[in-house]
Amino acid sequence: MDPVIQLDDLTVRFGNFEALKQVTGSFTGRAIGLLGPNGAGKTTLIHTLLGFYKPASGSARIFGKDLRTEQKEARSLVGYMPERDAFISGMSAVRFVRMMAELSGLPAKQALERTHEALYFVGLGEARYRPLETYSLGMKQRAKLAQALVHGPRLLFLDEPTNGLDPPGRERMIRLIKEIRDAGEVNLILSSHLLRDVEECCEEVLILKGGEIAYYCNLEEERSANRKFLELEIIGAAERFVEGARSLDIQCEQHGRRRVKMIMPPERKVRNLYELASEHNVQIRHLDYKKDSLQDIFDKAMREG
Amino acid sequence: MAVYERTYSRYQGPLTSTSTRFLILPKYAFREVFASKWMLAFLVLCFVFPLWCCAVIYLSNNADFLALFPNLDITQFLKIDADFFFTFLQVQAWYAFFLSLFIGPGLVSRDLSNNGLPLYLSRPFSRVEYVVGKTTVLAIVLSAITWVVGLLLVTMQASFVGWGWLADNLRLVFGMFVGSWIWILTLSLMSLAISAWVRWRPVAAFAMFLVLLGGLFFGSTINLLFRTEVGDLLNLIKVIFVLWASLLGVDSGLETSVFSASVVLLLYWGGFLYMLNRKIRAYEVVS
Repeated sequence: MDPVIQLDDLTVRFGNFEALKQVTGSFTGRAIGLLGPNGAGKTTLIHTLLGFYKPASGSARIFGKDLRTEQKEARSLVGYMPERDAFISGMSAVRFVRMMAELSGLPAKQALERTHEALYFVGLGEARYRPLETYSLGMKQRAKLAQALVHGPRLLFLDEPTNGLDPPGRERMIRLIKEIRDAGEVNLILSSHLLRDVEECCEEVLILKGGEIAYYCNLEEERSANRKFLELEIIGAAERFVEGARSLDIQCEQHGRRRVKMIMPPERKVRNLYELASEHNVQIRHLDYKKDSLQDIFDKAMREG
Repeated sequence: MAVYERTYSRYQGPLTSTSTRFLILPKYAFREVFASKWMLAFLVLCFVFPLWCCAVIYLSNNADFLALFPNLDITQFLKIDADFFFTFLQVQAWYAFFLSLFIGPGLVSRDLSNNGLPLYLSRPFSRVEYVVGKTTVLAIVLSAITWVVGLLLVTMQASFVGWGWLADNLRLVFGMFVGSWIWILTLSLMSLAISAWVRWRPVAAFAMFLVLLGGLFFGSTINLLFRTEVGDLLNLIKVIFVLWASLLGVDSGLETSVFSASVVLLLYWGGFLYMLNRKIRAYEVVS
């Protein structure tokens, strides 16, 4: 089976600036989160995959369709929800989404039918005949989602779908995205600054940094591969406490003056830590077992990538 | 997928032909265009002169009417020839211009002002198809008031005089058709290009006036200052005038050659297409 996205030495340039630098990879996940700081190349990658930008070199494929030679075929497989406000003023949601469905190739009757379904699905059923410019930000986001999925794409690009939404709006959007994912008929690429969104919706994560892939992993596998560690908050002579722990074969990593992460060998117990703390006159104010969160994975990618 | 299920499912039904998909744009645009009563009223006004021409053709072929003026050679006033249709084309061209002032400025700007273009261009729908689709909106409306009614008048005259007249005046049919399309394309490209750059409709309409009348002003000034006719080449109206005259086989009374007029027109079209090429993009790259 063809991978969802296949990139081979993909380079995208704007003048002298290289927005994507020889990006190579094959991505197969059902829901892939695209992460990275500003300017990392997330949106450029999505726009290149949509055919908005021409690669300077290399190639990109969506479900095996080469973007250079089979761009129309590739585009007919995707739906796109842009980051910024995107609609046509003076149109009701029904007309707008129906037109987009027809432009994707649906016959008029089927387009109308699916438009109503898509608008009901995103929760705009009651407001579907209202002009788009009268919609709130959350409603506009949902109208954008409706136009992205009305033609039933195989791959959905969601660029910052929760941008500017209030907490209930965000919850609603995340729930919709999860429902789409769980329907099992579409692959998702979700670009977001919010790690929580990616953590909730995605199975895989692709972290970009400076136009290059810094990290790509399956979140579940990554989590299960991670060893459990202890996170401690201490007050007192942290350096001596950490040195003492290392002498007991405990792996330590100090974060600031008070936070310490520790991986205990099997023969050591928490009791040993309390004894060590007492020995060095250190107070343990907080102690908890943890696993690497997406934040930790992201931080690691930013440091090492 | 039924509405009540409210779940996501892929579409696997039939798809429309990609070659005719650009016609979706005029289909949706017409409803917006004809929503204005002023627009409809003006469209009706555009058919007043063709109706007048219709009456003239009828009267010039009506023996009873001609018999009312036994001492007057009325056929001199009611002569249906290339000059008659040249006048028809000129009058309808102005109506077409004013109609494009109504329709043109909002065609692209509405999509650009709310970042609608990425939504079009992320589908199996190219920039060329977008421009062709938008051009079709104007082309259909302007065709109705130019070559379509023009050819109806020609047919009417031929039906009165005899079909031999049509065979003798095939150049008229060709000239009317091609001449109208030259003007329709010029107006459509101008409207779209200006609509893509100027988002405020009144200013866009003013800019269209400026393109048409600015050339007239500068061309006339150059002619006056340098005692030449070269300035006519800057005047889009005169350029079109020369081409129409040549197509219909009448004397334009201008020194500008058909070749120079064609080159100037192509330069105008090239300029409009360049302007469109710069703006009709999903996203602008800011260097």
